[in-house]
Amino acid sequence: MTRLSGGLIDRSRSLTFTFDGKTYQGHAGDTLASALLANDVRLMGRSFKYHRPRGVIASGSEEPNALVELRGGAWQEPNTRATVAELFDGLAARSQNKVGSLGFDLLAVNDLLSPFFSAGFYYKTFMWPRAFWEKLYEPAIRRAAGLGSLTHEPDPDAYDAGFLHCDLLVIGGGAAGLTAALTAARAGAQVILADEDFRLGGRLLAESAPLDRPATDWIAGIEAEFAGLPNLRVMRRTTVWGAFDHGIYGAVERVSDHLASPGKRVRQTLWRITTKRAILASGATERHIPFADNDRPGVMLSGAMRAYANRWAVSPAKRVAIFTNNDDGHRTARDLLAKGVEIAAVIDPRPAASGAGYRTIQGHVTGTKGRLGLSRIEVTANGRSEWIDCGALGVSGGWNPNIQIASHHRGRPVWHDGLQAFVAGPGGPVGLIPAGATSGQSSTAQALVSGAKAAQAALADLGITATLPDLPQAEDQALNLKPLWHVPGKSRAWVDFQNDVTVKDIKLAYQENMRPVEHLKRWTTLGMATDQGKTSNVTGLAVMAELTGQSIQSTGTTIFRPPYTPVALSVLGGGDTGTHFRPRRLTPTHDWASRQGAVFVEVGQWMRAQYFPRAGETTWRQTVDREVLATRTGVGICDVTTLGKIDVQGADAGEFLDRVYCNAMKSLKVGMVRYGLMLREDGFAWDDGTCARLAETQYVVTTTTANAGTIYRHLEFCRQCLWPELDVQLISTTDAWAQLSVAGPNARKLLQRVVDGFDLSNESFPFMACANLTVCGGLRARLFRISFSGELAYEIAVPARYGNALIERLIDIGADLGATPYGTETLGVLRIEKGHAAGNELNGQTTAQMLGMGRMVSTKKDSIGAVLSRREGLVAERRVLVGLQPVDASQPVVAGSHLFAEGAAQDTASDQGWITSACYSPHVGSAIGLGYLDNGDAQLGEQIVAANPLQAQQVVLRVVSPHFVDPEGGRVRD
Amino acid sequence: MLIPHPLLGLRDAEEFTYLGDASLLDRPDPHAPDAAQQFYEYQHLRDNPAGIHRELWFHEQGDRSWLIVTRNTLTHEILGAELARDAKGAKA
Repeated sequence: MTRLSGGLIDRSRSLTFTFDGKTYQGHAGDTLASALLANDVRLMGRSFKYHRPRGVIASGSEEPNALVELRGGAWQEPNTRATVAELFDGLAARSQNKVGSLGFDLLAVNDLLSPFFSAGFYYKTFMWPRAFWEKLYEPAIRRAAGLGSLTHEPDPDAYDAGFLHCDLLVIGGGAAGLTAALTAARAGAQVILADEDFRLGGRLLAESAPLDRPATDWIAGIEAEFAGLPNLRVMRRTTVWGAFDHGIYGAVERVSDHLASPGKRVRQTLWRITTKRAILASGATERHIPFADNDRPGVMLSGAMRAYANRWAVSPAKRVAIFTNNDDGHRTARDLLAKGVEIAAVIDPRPAASGAGYRTIQGHVTGTKGRLGLSRIEVTANGRSEWIDCGALGVSGGWNPNIQIASHHRGRPVWHDGLQAFVAGPGGPVGLIPAGATSGQSSTAQALVSGAKAAQAALADLGITATLPDLPQAEDQALNLKPLWHVPGKSRAWVDFQNDVTVKDIKLAYQENMRPVEHLKRWTTLGMATDQGKTSNVTGLAVMAELTGQSIQSTGTTIFRPPYTPVALSVLGGGDTGTHFRPRRLTPTHDWASRQGAVFVEVGQWMRAQYFPRAGETTWRQTVDREVLATRTGVGICDVTTLGKIDVQGADAGEFLDRVYCNAMKSLKVGMVRYGLMLREDGFAWDDGTCARLAETQYVVTTTTANAGTIYRHLEFCRQCLWPELDVQLISTTDAWAQLSVAGPNARKLLQRVVDGFDLSNESFPFMACANLTVCGGLRARLFRISFSGELAYEIAVPARYGNALIERLIDIGADLGATPYGTETLGVLRIEKGHAAGNELNGQTTAQMLGMGRMVSTKKDSIGAVLSRREGLVAERRVLVGLQPVDASQPVVAGSHLFAEGAAQDTASDQGWITSACYSPHVGSAIGLGYLDNGDAQLGEQIVAANPLQAQQVVLRVVSPHFVDPEGGRVRD
Repeated sequence: MLIPHPLLGLRDAEEFTYLGDASLLDRPDPHAPDAAQQFYEYQHLRDNPAGIHRELWFHEQGDRSWLIVTRNTLTHEILGAELARDAKGAKA
């Protein structure tokens, strides 16, 4: 164990965990990374391309190397950064991207082949032959170059999504974020403080003496005050990962990732936070300095090394060295020295840099040794080299502010010469104010003031006056940084550890003219993958700038997009999976149908009864044939509630309907129903239904189930946007009324038993009549004598809550009449047998003329789509709806088959149409179909071939009338 | 995105359904001699500006108002919203 004194871990609580099957101990407050270091585990992963041994380099979410798989089975999560995985008892972690063991990875052979794997290698090499890509190259590359693996099992965890609103969102709970939240919350504003860590404080937790008092005391005082402020919500373990339009931010809260037994808690919650203002206090990420073989486990960021020592009381080695181009590296040396760690040397190329108590060399690190972990570094000074023994090397090349979120809305980062880094520039998300490091502040003292002032300014915008709090005295040192972007040399020097991009790769990109930053990124993969170049981007740009001789500002930077850190797809779904994927609508008769053992089918959001199998029926066809025949010989009952119902009222209701239906509706008499067809404005048929006039100024129109929403929207568009002068009001009543179709020769007899003294005789209530009435002793109802099946039929509507009772009553009292419930399958067979169009025929590519309804489009009035329906191309359309029946009754009819003349070539040029709907007709005794056929009306009685090339099927069909049942329409009028 | 509904205040864009260019309000005269050409243009030709755009949004999960929203397509800044029936009425 390499534990030091102090730290913010709870030594009284030991936690047991495993890594690659081996058991270790850590403490509460540890991350997986700190606990592994404390157990002298430095090798934590293999690199993406070359499979080089890698150790942790950072202490936060920027970590590119220490990616592990957590948990097992379906819970396995790949690519988790060990630096942010909070340790819990029983945590199981495994290394990834290796074949064999982590210590002996068979794919490390890639490292020997590295001369072949230079930038652009994949693009150049795997182009030909083309067919090899999918079968050979891609699977091999995916296996060799990659990160963790997926379980391929459904995610067993629960997730949630929530909405929050506030005056001010403070992103980051470090020095600047804490003073910002404190200032704003004291002023009474609604404030949310979100921090990705499990402990507030940011870098304050990683430093030995940032304030004039112990930092943890100051933070504890603030947290105590926060707890008493109901207008402040503190969200720990919450990463704000993206800025969206109008002050909306996306955040993920890791609710139970850190718990050994989460119980019933969700794993993570997706928050959508709507803000008036936001402060970006996300701090800065240290960058390293590329030098030869700088990727060995043990080489890490100097600030991370300090954080491990101060916060987690661990040093990666007993003897360490520091390589720095600024004063921050010396701070690490001092802190480690104070903790009893031996400082082998501090290598600092700046003249006259030195520190008390350790050796300072004015030079560069130019090489390293140690196969699975650092053992020695080569230091070159004044042209002379020496090897220095050390188990770890801290590297500090300066700090890059975490400005990602400030650049989400085309915000352009600005180069800060003093810091030699990009800071937040103008044009970012509206209402987002950078504070602390993101605004170019580099000391703790500056950060504290900057956070408070940013909050004061944000609230002033909102008309809230805030007072600056008293702040502690704090560290206020300049970095005194001298730019050093890489140490020149012949060996590979890594810039981007996760993607194995070296200085040489950037040079190659330069030579191959991939110089603009976007090209550089894609050619070399610099800054891609899970870390999105947090530790490498700016360094890579600087190397390119050096090559082109341009400034870094004019070299530019790639644009950051959400997410700031990886976000699981599961949490983006917010738990909306399986049956929660979308709303599920149940019909009013659902309970009853369930009790009858109905099989249900999803129709849009609706669950509709598909068929009602009975004991002894072994196939769905048996059930459907029985339901069809029962309807045609007795009476069938079907829930048709899902059809859209729109109540249209007003003095101009008739005029309005005249304008939206292609046929006339104003002339419809009160108490009567008419079939109606709506066109789109482009002249094609859109939707059909019935229009019932219940009173002088009241119509009820129906739409197809699929178009209920869109037709309602369209009618409101017509009403509000085209003809606001009309006196007409609309309301959707689809869910208000339960509607049942009662169809078959016994329909009248059955209904007579439930209506309250209403005369159903053909004379007083003829075909296409409608009425308001009462049923079952006073229940208000609507009755429509309309038929989709071709039988004597009615649709009866009652308030939705009575739907279940009504179908139960009808089936019960209609037993002697053969009353039979039927589902959507039978509904389909009945309407195909009758030749009624449905969604398959009204597919958006067909016209009224094709449906045989060309004459319905009134020329006496204007209506939506009327003008364009008279277009030359549409008028010239010769395909019409026909019935189709196999010549050999044993042959199938398959929807989607295309129609050709017998003996004709089966190609596009000779295509005569297609089959839209097909079913087995118990009435006809064979399969039948509907379809569109060229000059179909002239081909009645002819034979035609239906080709189904998908199944190499050819069936000879006879062209017949689409009305297989009762073509004269006598039954419906009986 | 948030849309400033003239009656209901700021509402989340998820409550709305988008249709497109507000020129759809100007349905041509079906009796004009060149009605076919006018309807063709009305139906199929749209400007696609990079910048200020007046467009139709339907408050489907709300009060079912059609709104004309003026939006900068480059920045998504919303400069205003009015009821379509008011805009249409003012024009008539």
